[in-house]
Amino acid sequence: MPKPMFLSPARHGFRFNWAGRIGLAIVLLWGAVALVGPLITPYPVGEIVDWDYFGPMSQKFLLGTDYLGRDMLSRILMGARYTVGISLAAVTIACSVGVVLGMIAAVVGGIFDMGLSRLLDAINGIPGLLFGLVVVAAVGSSLTVLILTLATIYMPGAYRFARSLAVNVNTMDFVTVARARGERTPYLIAREIFPNILGPVLADLGVRFVFIVLVLSGLSFLGLGVQPPNADWGALVRENIGALSFGAPAVVFPSLAIASLTISMNLFIDNLPTRIRDRSA
Amino acid sequence: MPDASQPLVTVRDLHIGAVTDSGRQVEIIKGVSFDIRPGEFVALIGESGSGKTTIALSLMGYCRPGCSIAGGTVTLDGRDVTAMSEADRAELRGTEVSYVPQSAAAAFNPSKRIMDQVVEITGIHRLMPRAEAEAKAVSLFRALALPQPETIGRRYPHQVSGGQLQRLAAAMALIGGPKLVIFDEPTTALDVTTQIEVLRAFKAVVQKGGVSGVYVSHDLAVVAQIADRIIVLKGGEIQEENTTPKILTEARHPYTRALLAAVDPVPHQPRSIAGLQPRPPILEAIDLHAGYGTFQNGEPAVKVLKNINFRLERGRNLGVIGESGSGKSTLARAVSGILPPYRGAVLLDGHELDGDLKERRKEDLRRMQIVFQLADTALNPAQTVGSILARPLKFYHGLRGAARDARVDALLDMVHLPAALKYRLPRELSGGQKQRVNLARALAAEPELILCDEITSALDTVVAAAILKLLEELQSELNLSYMFISHDLSTVEAICDDVLVMYKGEVVEELPAARMSAEAAHPYSKLLISSVPQIDPGWLDSLDQDPELLAAFSRR
Repeated sequence: MPKPMFLSPARHGFRFNWAGRIGLAIVLLWGAVALVGPLITPYPVGEIVDWDYFGPMSQKFLLGTDYLGRDMLSRILMGARYTVGISLAAVTIACSVGVVLGMIAAVVGGIFDMGLSRLLDAINGIPGLLFGLVVVAAVGSSLTVLILTLATIYMPGAYRFARSLAVNVNTMDFVTVARARGERTPYLIAREIFPNILGPVLADLGVRFVFIVLVLSGLSFLGLGVQPPNADWGALVRENIGALSFGAPAVVFPSLAIASLTISMNLFIDNLPTRIRDRSA
Repeated sequence: MPDASQPLVTVRDLHIGAVTDSGRQVEIIKGVSFDIRPGEFVALIGESGSGKTTIALSLMGYCRPGCSIAGGTVTLDGRDVTAMSEADRAELRGTEVSYVPQSAAAAFNPSKRIMDQVVEITGIHRLMPRAEAEAKAVSLFRALALPQPETIGRRYPHQVSGGQLQRLAAAMALIGGPKLVIFDEPTTALDVTTQIEVLRAFKAVVQKGGVSGVYVSHDLAVVAQIADRIIVLKGGEIQEENTTPKILTEARHPYTRALLAAVDPVPHQPRSIAGLQPRPPILEAIDLHAGYGTFQNGEPAVKVLKNINFRLERGRNLGVIGESGSGKSTLARAVSGILPPYRGAVLLDGHELDGDLKERRKEDLRRMQIVFQLADTALNPAQTVGSILARPLKFYHGLRGAARDARVDALLDMVHLPAALKYRLPRELSGGQKQRVNLARALAAEPELILCDEITSALDTVVAAAILKLLEELQSELNLSYMFISHDLSTVEAICDDVLVMYKGEVVEELPAARMSAEAAHPYSKLLISSVPQIDPGWLDSLDQDPELLAAFSRR
C-alpha cells in the first residue's frame, strides 16, 4: 500500500470524501473572499461606474451592474464580508453559549436545569424572523445589534441540542467514575463530556450557520439588515429585485452566492472527515 | 427423510474475508471444514473474535455487511448455499435453516404481539394456513415448557421474562420445520437459574424433533450439556474437534485446556490475618437502606436495598452474589455514595462516611475506588489511555510532568500491559486490555479498597480468569481489599473469602466462600449454587431442582 501524502487526511487517520472536500473548498473560498475583499474588488463598492443600470455581463463588468450602475462583482465580493462575518460571529456566540449552558444543565440537573430549560424554551417559542424585526425596529440596525439578535434567536436551539447529547454522555460510567473520584463540574464538562459531543455539535454549528445566513439575508431583504451604502447578499437581492423582470444578472448572482455558501456548508457538515478505525495498515 | 449416514451440512475449506475502512483486506475465517450429521448437535466454541458467529451465519449463506465468502463451499442438504442466488437463499431461510439470536429482547418487535411474530415465517413462505400455524406454535410453546401456552402468544414482548422470550425466539425458529437451527449464544445474557430452564427446553425440543443444531457459545460448561460434538475455534481456524466427552477429558490443544481450566478455577486461599494488630474493618455497613425516585417522608418511592449489614476485614475479600435485579449493583453505588443511602451508615476504617459522595473528603474518596462492569463505557472514548491514568495521579497525588509519566508506565506494567499502549484510545484495545486499564485507573489512586462491580462478566472465560489472577496478584502486592460483585458463583469462589447472597434487595445469607456449596442453608442460596453449570455432560439431566422453589424464586 503506498504511503499517503503528508496533507492527505488518511495520513492523519481520517477519511474525507469528495462531496465534503468540495463543500469545504467553497466555504473556505468565501471565507478568504470575506477576508481580502477590498484588495480584489475591481471597482470601489459605492461608486457608480456605468451610465446604464442593470447592465449585462460584459468584459468590463463581469457580473453586470446594479440598479444605480455600480459593479456587481465588487459588491458581491464586499457583501461576503457582511454575510459570512455576521453569520460567523452570531453562530459562534449562539453555539458557545448554548453548548456550555447545555452541558452545565445536564451535569448539574435539578432545579437549575428545569428553570433554564423552560426559560430558553420560552425564547425558542418566538418566531425568529419576527423577533429580529421587532428588535431591529426598536433599537435600530447596527452590526452589533444584528449579531446579538441572531445569536439570541439561535442560542436556545444550540442549548437544547447540546443538553440532550450531554444528558446521554452524563449517564455513562466514565462520568460516574469521575464523579466518584470527586471531580467538580468544570472538569466534568470540559474533559469528560465536551470531547464526546464535539462531532454532533460541529455538525449542528454548520446547520445553524446556514439558518443564520438565511435569516440575515431575510432581514436584509426586508431592509432591516445591513444598511446602505454597505450591503450583504440579502440586501443586494432586495436592492436589485426590480431586475427580476429584466432577467438581469444583478439579482441572480447574489442569490447564487447565498445558495453556494449554504449548500456547500451543508455538503461539508454532512460529510465531515471520519476517523479510520483500522490503523494497523 | 434424509439418509442418516449422509451429512446434513458439509463445510469445505471455507474462507470469509472483509475489507476494513482503510481498504485493507483481512481474512476472518481461514479455511474451515466440518460436517453436521442429521439430528446432531454441534457446538462452536471460542473467544470473541474467533469467528464462531461468522461461521454459524455462513451456514445460512449470510455474511454480515462488509464481509464476503471468499472461497470454499457450504452444502446444506445437498445444495450449495454459497453458489445460490440471494432469492434462493431467502427461500431456504426459515424453512431449511433458522436462527436464534443472542438477545431475544432485541430480536422481537416490541410493538407487535408475540404470536404474530412467531408465525410470521409460515406466512412468508406460505407453508400453512394461519390457524394451523397458530396451533403448531401453541404445541411448540408447550414443548418449550412455557407457562400458559394457549395464551402467551397474545402478549407483547415486554410482558414476558427474558428466559421466556428466548424460548419464544426458539419457537419462532422451529415453526417452519427447519432441518438445522443455529443458536447464537442464546443463554449468555440470562441469569443462571433461568439459563437452566432454557437449556432444558432447547434440549428437549431438539431431541424430539430430530433437527440438527449449531450452538455458538464461549461457555464450555453450557456447551457440555447440550452438544454431541464440540469444535474449538481461535483466530478463524479450527483448533480441535471431537465428541463432547473426549474434549472434556482428553483435550489436546492448549487453548481448549485453558478454556477447561477457566471453568473450574482454583478456590481462593484466604490469607492469614492472625498475628496482625486488631484494626477496625476496612468497610462496614450498618442497617443500610437505599432506593430511587422522589422522596416522601424521607423515604424514596422505589426502595431497593433493605437493612444491609456487613463487615469487610482489611486484606480480605467479600463477594456479593445474586441475580439481576437483586440489588447488588445498587449496593456498590450506595456504599460509594453515588446513590446516597437514605438510612444507615457506611464506615471506612472505623469512621463514618457521609452518604453523599459530594460531601466526602477527597482522602476518603481516594481510599475507596470503584471499577465498573463494562470497560467500554467506563473509559472515556475521547481520551488516550495515558491521560485516563494520569488524571487520578494529578487529582489525588498532585503528580506532574516526568514523575507522572513514570507512574503511568509503572501502572501499566502493574496490570501487565506494555507502556506503548498509553498512546492508544480505548476503542483500539481488546476487551481484556480495556478492563486492565479500568483497573489501573483505580490503582492510580493507591486505594485500600476496590469495589468491583461485575468486572469479569462481559469478558470471555479465559480472559476473565486472567483478570482474576491479576486481582489476586495485586492484592498480595498492594495489601488491597476487594468487594466483589458478581452473578457468577465460580468467579466469586475463586477470589472471595466471604460471600453475601442477595435476593430482592436483602442479604439472605452470609457464608464463607470455601464452604459455600456445603453450608448454604437458605433455599435461594441453594438454588443459585445448584444452578451453576458443571463441566460434566450429564449434569443437566441429573440436576434435581424443586420446580416449585424454582418458580417461586424466578418471579414468574
